[in-house]
Amino acid sequence: QQQHEDLSAKKLRLTKPSKSAALHVDLCKATSPADALQYLLQFARKPVEVESVEGVVRILLEHYYKENDASVRLKIASLLGLLSKTAGFSPDCIVDDAINTLQNEKSHQVLAQLLDTLLVIGTKLTENPSVRMRLVEVACKHLTDSSHGVRNKCLQLIGCLGPVEKGVAKEVESQAAKDVQKIIGDHFNDQDPRVRTAAIKAMLQLHERGLKLQQAIYSQACKLLADDYEQVRSAAVQLIWVLSQLYPESIVPIPSSNEEIRLVDDAFGKICHMVSDGSWVVRVQAAKLLGSMQQVSSHFLEQTLDKKLMSDLRRKRTAHERAKELYSSGEFSSGRKWGDDAPKEEIDTGAVNLIESGACGAFVHGLEDEMYEVRISAVEALCMLAQSSPSFAEKCLDFLVDMFNDEIEEVRLQSIHTMRKISNNITLREDQLDTVLAVLEDSSRDIREALHELLCCTNVSTKEGIHLALVELLKNLTKYPTDRESIWKCLKFLGSRHPTLVLPLVPELLSTHPFFDTPEPDMDDPAYIAVLVLIFNAAKSCPTMPALFSDHTFRHYAYLRDSLSHLVPPLRLPGRKLVSSPVSPSITPHEDPSQQFLHQSLERVYNLQHLDPQGIQELLEFTIRDLQRLGELQSELAGMADFTATYLQCQLLLIKALQEKLWNVAAPLYLKQNALASAAAKQILEETYKMEFMYSSVESRQVVIIHHMRLQAKALQLIVTARTTRGVEPLFGMCEKFLQEVDSFQRCFISELPHMQGSFVDKLLDLMPRLVTSKPSEVVKILQTTLRQSTFLHLPLPEQLHRATANIIEPTGESDNPLRFTSGLVVALDVDATLEHVQDPQGTVKVQVLYPDGQAQLIHPKPADFRNPGPGRHRLITQVYLSHTAWTEPCQIEVRLLLAYNSNRSKASAKIPKSSWNESLEALPQSENGIEGTIPFSKPVKVYIMPKPARR
Amino acid sequence: MPEIKVTPLGAGQDVGRSCILLSIAGKNVMLDCGMHMGYNDDRRFPDFSYITQNGRLTDFLDCVIISHFHLDHCGALPYFSEMVGYDGPIYMTHPTKAICPILLEDYRKITVDKKGETNFFTSQMIKDCMKKVVAVHLHQTVQVDEELEIKAYYAGHVLGAAMFQIKVGCESVVYTGDYNMTPDRHLGAAWVDKCRPDLLITESTYATTIRDSKRCRERDFLKKVHETVEKGGKVLIPVFALGRAQELCILLETFWERMNLKAPIYFSTGLTEKANHYYKLFITWTNQKIRKTFVQRNMFEFKHIKAFDRAFADNPGPMVVFATPGMLHAGQSLQIFRKWAGNEKNMVIMPGYCVQGTVGHKILSGQRKLEMEGRQILEVKMQVEYMSFSAHADAKGIMQLIRQAEPRNVLLVHGEAKKMEFLKQKIEQEFHVSCYMPANGETTTIFTNPSIPVDISLGLLKRETAIGLLPDAKKPKLMHGTLIMKDNSFRLVSPEQALKELGLAEHQLRFTCRVHIQDPRKEHETVLRVYNHLKGVLKDYSVQHLPDGSITVESILIQATAHSEDQGTKVLLVSWTYQDEELGSYLTSLLKKGVPQGTA
Repeated sequence: QQQHEDLSAKKLRLTKPSKSAALHVDLCKATSPADALQYLLQFARKPVEVESVEGVVRILLEHYYKENDASVRLKIASLLGLLSKTAGFSPDCIVDDAINTLQNEKSHQVLAQLLDTLLVIGTKLTENPSVRMRLVEVACKHLTDSSHGVRNKCLQLIGCLGPVEKGVAKEVESQAAKDVQKIIGDHFNDQDPRVRTAAIKAMLQLHERGLKLQQAIYSQACKLLADDYEQVRSAAVQLIWVLSQLYPESIVPIPSSNEEIRLVDDAFGKICHMVSDGSWVVRVQAAKLLGSMQQVSSHFLEQTLDKKLMSDLRRKRTAHERAKELYSSGEFSSGRKWGDDAPKEEIDTGAVNLIESGACGAFVHGLEDEMYEVRISAVEALCMLAQSSPSFAEKCLDFLVDMFNDEIEEVRLQSIHTMRKISNNITLREDQLDTVLAVLEDSSRDIREALHELLCCTNVSTKEGIHLALVELLKNLTKYPTDRESIWKCLKFLGSRHPTLVLPLVPELLSTHPFFDTPEPDMDDPAYIAVLVLIFNAAKSCPTMPALFSDHTFRHYAYLRDSLSHLVPPLRLPGRKLVSSPVSPSITPHEDPSQQFLHQSLERVYNLQHLDPQGIQELLEFTIRDLQRLGELQSELAGMADFTATYLQCQLLLIKALQEKLWNVAAPLYLKQNALASAAAKQILEETYKMEFMYSSVESRQVVIIHHMRLQAKALQLIVTARTTRGVEPLFGMCEKFLQEVDSFQRCFISELPHMQGSFVDKLLDLMPRLVTSKPSEVVKILQTTLRQSTFLHLPLPEQLHRATANIIEPTGESDNPLRFTSGLVVALDVDATLEHVQDPQGTVKVQVLYPDGQAQLIHPKPADFRNPGPGRHRLITQVYLSHTAWTEPCQIEVRLLLAYNSNRSKASAKIPKSSWNESLEALPQSENGIEGTIPFSKPVKVYIMPKPARR
Repeated sequence: MPEIKVTPLGAGQDVGRSCILLSIAGKNVMLDCGMHMGYNDDRRFPDFSYITQNGRLTDFLDCVIISHFHLDHCGALPYFSEMVGYDGPIYMTHPTKAICPILLEDYRKITVDKKGETNFFTSQMIKDCMKKVVAVHLHQTVQVDEELEIKAYYAGHVLGAAMFQIKVGCESVVYTGDYNMTPDRHLGAAWVDKCRPDLLITESTYATTIRDSKRCRERDFLKKVHETVEKGGKVLIPVFALGRAQELCILLETFWERMNLKAPIYFSTGLTEKANHYYKLFITWTNQKIRKTFVQRNMFEFKHIKAFDRAFADNPGPMVVFATPGMLHAGQSLQIFRKWAGNEKNMVIMPGYCVQGTVGHKILSGQRKLEMEGRQILEVKMQVEYMSFSAHADAKGIMQLIRQAEPRNVLLVHGEAKKMEFLKQKIEQEFHVSCYMPANGETTTIFTNPSIPVDISLGLLKRETAIGLLPDAKKPKLMHGTLIMKDNSFRLVSPEQALKELGLAEHQLRFTCRVHIQDPRKEHETVLRVYNHLKGVLKDYSVQHLPDGSITVESILIQATAHSEDQGTKVLLVSWTYQDEELGSYLTSLLKKGVPQGTA
């Protein structure tokens, strides 16, 4: 014994003596199981290095055999599992030992834990089939254990490690290549529900790993649907779904009759049945899965919306049917009388099927469910099925419209979104439109905006429908003026989709009269603008419409075309050549003149490289101004224009800084005059960060140019500091740092370097050997000359470029009433903002609050505060807590949004998996040159607040 | 055979006066104790003399269970407990206990003060009666006595409505009371676990109806109200104080909130106000939405709904008023109706059924000129709308509940006979369980086949399970042991232990059988032949040839002797203990067939 300990100690000393030896000593010292347990717990809190894992495992195993107390053995077993998870450690060497421990174990709990450990080991050694086979065999052996926990783990292990490829398994070990499916299937009838669940889960696991499940399981799984336990039923529903996807076309018999149906239909019917299960967990599960069963035959699909009504055994029509009838008989919106829904014909009592077989009414039930989780998943499923089947979409419309009145906002929102997604397949009837439009008065902004989105892509069948929609939207506008933009946008699409329906409405909408001149409407009235947006967009594809306009309409058109160019399309107006845009019909859309303009102006800048400095400066200034204006006018080019303008701005700053007189004056004389140069350097740095992080879809081609610009700015900074500081000491560090940066630039963008002929960095790299060896003052001199001589790099533009923007809707900053609260307590300020083209807003968008005393507070909104109403758009609705000491009078604070960035975001985004070994592992050191910062990207909003002193 | 007896005193093939007697395993339980709205004579209360002619009710009934606070389920309770005399426990849920006395008091007032009846229960009696009530929580198992236990399940319908499981030993009955399987704006859906009772007693009010989705009705209702209010009209909604009134209040309140409407909503003071108070308290009994949001705001603390004052009726501008009673036959609702009827901008919405003869019924059937008291003629110009908001399960709901509970028998009450007939047929056809629908006073007897629990000693269990394969839940398993029935309890123990406990000596029972075989050879040769034969046939057993010339097969002994008279016939003596009866008799039959000649 003594010798053995020595041996292991010696071996450990080689690896990591202190830790494992200490553990060994501790465990030997332990007098009681409780002590040992304490030691083990303490030990588990500290990480173990990869090299010493094996030693620790040996020690643990040794104690395992000596230990009499089951709880300690349990802990050891769990530690073994944890240890084998250690990254970089290959548990090959401990497989045998771990399997051996199973042999004499009596305690069921420890057995289960050991099997768990084996599972961990097995999952780490998936490439080793023989180990896997062995483990599976071990698991099969323990399947007869009387404890559910052990059986559970065995099944889990078989599910995770069981052979998936039949052929290979046979080769490896033919006698052990038992049919894992059969083994697992036998446990579908286990007496313990937990084991049954585990068996189904194991089966699903096998499926996930690529094993094709046998169709024979289907009937077994169907029986499990009637299980007493919800987790079994829930898993069984999943299994049935999997099988229905695997064998959609096989034929299964219907038990009570001689008929046969497709398996997918049968499974669909069965899952539909589970939508009225007693447990809501199962209901949610079933409703969700229904959505993905697209192969089901339409006959079955349409049954899900069917519910035969009756009253006193007489057939009754549903409200939906009645509404439809009223509509088709032209009698819409008549008041309802008592007995309107009076039952009609008698029903044959034998024919009524109360517990319907199959899919009947599944969605009707699902949508009426008590739990909103079920309703939401039912709506989601409806959406998915309707997207693949237009006829079903038509049918489910009534139900979706009904969901617009659900009591839970989430459900309403979800159903509106769903409707939008399927809107290509549907045309709204007038009565349906009526119900849809009623929701416009909802006080929730989310709902209204979703509804506007929906209306954007809805098909309306009649001109009354359009009129109704317009009237309701205008009502909405008066009630909620903040919806202005959204409503205008909605009308824009409504108009361009239904030009022929708008045409007959035009005289009425513009209130023109054949004989009399009507007063000119107020041009600033949002409602009038809304009407005009509708009409102008309709007029775009309806050339006869402008004939109906009165004079002032044309003037208003010209005004709106300029001020709201994103909403008003270019029109070809007769006799108005001046106003109409010079678009000749031969020009195809992508040769947009504005885009041409953009490229031309850039071309101009890049071509004229060797102009006199003054000329360059002026040209740049003009181009920047042009670009900025272009961005304002053409929203789709705004990102591109801003991006290039920023770049040119940087260049301009650089040129200006280099033009300064300070370079010609002797160093000590201009200590103060350097303000411009250093400020320019600073601004260029800032702008480059903006360019890099505020625009979506910036490619590496651009990134390299941006980094290059940044490098130049840093060089400038270095030169300025060199000129203004006395003494060489601080320069050493700076120079070295700069050279390091050049080096890392080279490493990162090595592939891009050939494109950068004649640029700053190109020249710099040529001079690199000299730079490394020379003194700081030398370096500065070289830098200065290179900076002056280097050419201006051409910035290639990506296809699409969008600038991240944010707009704070609330607080509006207009209130004169200060927000009063007692100092020392907090007040919640509602912040509502729209974000566009922000990638990963949860991680990057922050709220900043600036107090008058200069104190700044940075708030990270919760991930749940961000909503995603559409692609590229986000909505931040959050609460910001403010607090301050007492003030004598109200004052304004500033709220703004910041975009946080991290210069090595590519590395940061690949999340480093947190060590599961323990939590106390110190955070990874900040990566060396990761620069973090924030960019303000919204206009600040002022909020008037007043912290009052607390009353005593 | 054990049996469950059910006798409806009311609600048997009828709606109203729910009162069902149940006797299960020697326990007698009364389910509900209601009054009948249609009668004003003795028939309004159940005939309690049916239970016992001259003995005290307390001696006969073990407990009374009230499912919810509607008067047709609890209206006769003070009469029953105080005037007829019952001192045993009465079980109901907490909300029912809170609201029940209010309704009883109201009912008493109308009967005594308005109609001037005497010999009716008094306020004090209501109070005394409520003292006997034991309140129960949902899913709480209450032990009424040592054997009888009851458990409440959520039933929807109205606040505090519950279904009850009554259980004695292994026999159980579920009584649903009134329930609703579709959730509404303030209550959730009824739910019962898979308790597999021997009998499910369910209501069947809507046995022949399948209802449309609730949403259409709600939407219609809201649209009507909204349109009228927008036009500046007034809306009158006559309701009963409890139940639907709260649902509609919530509906309107949330709609007002959502749509940002400003028109005032009023509800008549008095009962409704009191009731709303209780609704606020019993948030746990409401639906998911209200339960989840009450932390921010209790949905019953209405923001837009205020108490009504008589003077408000003349205020200009739009408004919505909930007023009692629901059928417009008297009281505040009628007063307001008379004031508003003349204006076509106004609207009255009847949310429920109206009895013939009431103003509500008249206007619903289209009458436009009403004769009021004092020969006044009232012309009705306002719009009249009908919206049905009912909280009973429809035929599908009933079937769904049966599917959830999986009962062995179903019994229908609280419905019309003709409708029950249809449902009964459907239940039998689809679930293959027998279904009953007794009339009032008719007793239904259901035979049960209860499983009897037996205690088994662990040692025996382990020993027996070790023999076979893994136990299978679905298959019965054969066990050997001794059943001891002592002091009303059953125990299964090993024979040795049983002997020890009973102080008996072990006796062995052996069967012996002689088999004659024609064999001229010597005895030991015969034995050898038999041995070889058996060895060939019984491959799975241990067959041994002992030195003393006998053969053992497991524990069975076979000896051969020559027949005393005929040397050519050998007598085989086969002897086995009774435990080996199976193998022994098999062996004898085998030997009787003779030993084949070839095996020598």
